[in-house]
Amino acid sequence: MKRYSIFSLVGNALTGHVHWPRAWRSPEPKKHYDVVIIGGGGHGLATAYYLAKEHGIRNVAVLEKGWLGGGNTGRNTTIVRSNYHFEPNAHFYEFSLKLWESLSQTLDFNVMYSARGVLNLVHSPADIDAAMRRGNAMRLNGIDAAFLSRDEIAARIPNLDCSPDARFPILGGLLQPRGGTVRHDAVAWGYARAADSLGVDILQQCEVTGMRIESGTVTGVRTTRGDIGAGKVGIAVAGHSGKVAEMAGIRLPIESHVLQAMVSEPVKPVLDTVVTSGAVHFYVSQSDKGELVMGGDLDFYNSYAQRGNLPRIEDVVSACLALFPSFGRLRLMRTWGGIMDMTMDGSPIIGKLPVENLYMTGGWCYGGFKATPASGYVHAWTIAHDAPHPLNAAFTLERFAEGRTIDEKGAGPYPWAH
Amino acid sequence: MLLIPCPWCGPRSQIEFTYGGDATLRRPAPDAPEAAWTDYVYLRDNPCGPLDELWYHGAGCRSWFVVRRDTRTHEILPPDGSAEARP
Repeated sequence: MKRYSIFSLVGNALTGHVHWPRAWRSPEPKKHYDVVIIGGGGHGLATAYYLAKEHGIRNVAVLEKGWLGGGNTGRNTTIVRSNYHFEPNAHFYEFSLKLWESLSQTLDFNVMYSARGVLNLVHSPADIDAAMRRGNAMRLNGIDAAFLSRDEIAARIPNLDCSPDARFPILGGLLQPRGGTVRHDAVAWGYARAADSLGVDILQQCEVTGMRIESGTVTGVRTTRGDIGAGKVGIAVAGHSGKVAEMAGIRLPIESHVLQAMVSEPVKPVLDTVVTSGAVHFYVSQSDKGELVMGGDLDFYNSYAQRGNLPRIEDVVSACLALFPSFGRLRLMRTWGGIMDMTMDGSPIIGKLPVENLYMTGGWCYGGFKATPASGYVHAWTIAHDAPHPLNAAFTLERFAEGRTIDEKGAGPYPWAH
Repeated sequence: MLLIPCPWCGPRSQIEFTYGGDATLRRPAPDAPEAAWTDYVYLRDNPCGPLDELWYHGAGCRSWFVVRRDTRTHEILPPDGSAEARP
């Protein structure tokens, strides 16, 4: 792989940008790979990259039914953070955030990590107690957190309605300064280019249609580009985890739901922090192109449709206007939906499945994007060692039957409650 | 916008309803083995296609009923009669 640098940029600029090499190959499938990863989004590509980089396993294929990053990697709202309360989540997402901080250098690809801060607004005295508790738990786990008063928030985010007679009065907020945004497409492309340069075959337009399982051990996959043998198989297809696991005869504690997001027309910089409110289920940030990127709740009914309905868009926009009245002059430019693996405790499933040599990373609920580097790292570790990394040891499939759920919200076994 | 066919009130907008999830789950007997309870509480078929599901008409007649809907297209399908609403 030719490294990107100021010299390659200048050289190619002077020659009309027609000599840039392809970022990755487009090989024909081999008959057999040591490891086959199903899913060419951020998680699958990261898994392949870390398998090659950290464990020297380079005879690896990533199978993608569409194009790279065309699923949830390209549909999220690009927020990264690690402001979790429970230990397994806190350590896992903090590891992920640390990988984000140096990912552009690691991959030689600018993923545009922007530590602009993630602010959770609080609107009631009970919210303050909960935010303080979470902030203290984060700091005890070595994660940055700061409680901001209403005045500090008003000074930092001038167009937020901090007046006492606001529809949702703002009493303060919990800030994670290192949280922020990352350019999502660049994550897929960066991992793909780095994995490809280490010998990983990336096979697009290659949909897995079945699994070959012999006496309880997976030995390969059936695809639209022929059968491919595999020593081990990793599933990284969040949104459709249940569908792929079903090919191996496994039922998962997951329902698939549609989550919508939307962007306004682009404007000059107006918002330099990611602002969220748990009380009104709303989050907003401004992209580098200038669009306000917004999202809220699920549509709350099972769906594989990758599109949602208008009532949820109305909820999100009305929450936005209650907090930022001045945004009412903007037009909504585009809305879309992505399919979430909603697990029964709101936490992911990363580990071995009850078929030998079969592994998965999925069940991301609302938050898969920020987990991408850590998910790939521990998934690769789990595949290479046939045992979980300490960071994903708690995220087993068995935790549900064993009563070890990681229920961040304390809501019980309801997949649409998180 | 989903137009949900309430058996009492006719087709109404989805904003009047609350979702109740998979209608085919059946509560095991109290003395059923633990595995049966784990299945019931946590595991789901999560089909990509037609699904019998519960809806609650909270802003109308306040009854629970079963709707058959395609999870790929959100199209409401005629009921096939295999799932009954639980009390």
